[in-house]
Amino acid sequence: MIASLRMFYSSVGRKLVMAMTGLFLCFFLLEHLYGNLLLYKMDGGKAFNEYGEFLVGNIIIRTVEFALFGGIILHIIDGLYLTYSNKKARPVRYAVNQQSKNSTWFSRNMGLTGSVIFIFLVVHLRTFFVPHRILGAESSMAHDVASAFQSGMYASLYVAAMLLLGAHLNHGFQSAFQTLGWNNHKYASAIKTAGTLYALLIALGFSSFPIFFHFDIMGVASNILHTTL
Amino acid sequence: MAESINLKLKIWRQRNTKDSGHFETYDMPGVSTHMSFLEMMDVLNDRLIRDGKDPVAFDHDCREGICGMCSMYINGRAHGPLKGTTTCQLHMRHFSDGETITIEPWRASAFPVIKDLVVNRSAFDKIIAAGGYISVNTGNAPDANSLPVEKVKADEAFDAAACIGCGACVATCKNASGMLFLSAKVSHLALLPQGEPERKERVMRMIDAHDEAGLGSCTNTGACEAECPKEISISHIARLNREYLRAGMSQE
Ligand code: FES
Repeated sequence: MIASLRMFYSSVGRKLVMAMTGLFLCFFLLEHLYGNLLLYKMDGGKAFNEYGEFLVGNIIIRTVEFALFGGIILHIIDGLYLTYSNKKARPVRYAVNQQSKNSTWFSRNMGLTGSVIFIFLVVHLRTFFVPHRILGAESSMAHDVASAFQSGMYASLYVAAMLLLGAHLNHGFQSAFQTLGWNNHKYASAIKTAGTLYALLIALGFSSFPIFFHFDIMGVASNILHTTL
Repeated sequence: MAESINLKLKIWRQRNTKDSGHFETYDMPGVSTHMSFLEMMDVLNDRLIRDGKDPVAFDHDCREGICGMCSMYINGRAHGPLKGTTTCQLHMRHFSDGETITIEPWRASAFPVIKDLVVNRSAFDKIIAAGGYISVNTGNAPDANSLPVEKVKADEAFDAAACIGCGACVATCKNASGMLFLSAKVSHLALLPQGEPERKERVMRMIDAHDEAGLGSCTNTGACEAECPKEISISHIARLNREYLRAGMSQE
């Protein structure tokens, strides 16, 4: 066991950790998006709230939740370590460096976009997860979502964070496949396209909530805010 | 096109590994556009020697794009602005009159500067020594066709073997990672039957040697593939990762 864990210490092994936790988090985002889409059911938030309660009540989901937090923490620690050791590998920087000629800005700044996403995550958990799951708030989750997005500042922070997340995923998705070795001349372009579509789905999907709820498009916000459960 | 151009060269000068180094600017009037980049450096050095000054130290050997010795970071790009080209194969017609060209050595903690533009690339030798070989008993060479190799694999192995070990991948990578080099060497042997017996230890040992040299970790930006003078694909890095997973899961 220890011997097989050893393989995760090397430079390639650390990337494997990054890729595996990253793909796991990608999968989680899809599930999260599915749950959020229930907010658009125009049923006063009933389906969304019930889904939330179902997740909390399910022992398997609760276990997966631990894995999820573990995955996030590993992804962050490993990312920090990689960023740090990679900086050390080039102590003297170039006076002139035209990196834009050979790679994209987002592919080179995963640590930076990841850090901003982390800050967003803290805010996000503070608004929804902590009050409901730890402090046991009485209010309906759907109601909290709808009212939080009434603030223009808050809604725009969300949109910005989701666009950044999309860019992070656009590189991360195909990068994970490359790291896991599932990349060759045959699939390379298919994986890149799939990654971009996935990133777009996540970025646009999640951005839609602050936008729709803030501007009350199609009455999604008033539908929930005017329902007392 | 003008037959000759006037240039300014901003060159990194460093006396030895310990020296902190600095840039020095040289005027280069009337540079023939037919010259190669290294020939222009020769002209400069010739002048410096005549003036009793220290010539600029730079690595070079074959001057025909096959040895990988020439290593210069020209205007922020490894081996200069041209794709799929070594510095020695780069010609002055790709520069314009009045331009200032900045020339720096490869920068990586694994490649310490020896003098000016010359860096110590023995980290690569250590990686090769760790597994970039096959063990065969001496004796008569076996018949060339006694080991059948599929055409596709032979071609792919050949593409990997085109690596000249120049270090442009490390120089250009934001992480100073040697993965493209390492993967080319691992991939080349992993694809061939001759490489099969040592396949698993090879990848493990070579990755260890890579990490010990202080080379960074790959984050798949793809910069190496774009700057590699032999245009080696990062799909070899994917193969390396596959080999590593395979070896890591099955060993012990
Ligand atoms: S001097 Fe041999 S490749 Fe440039």
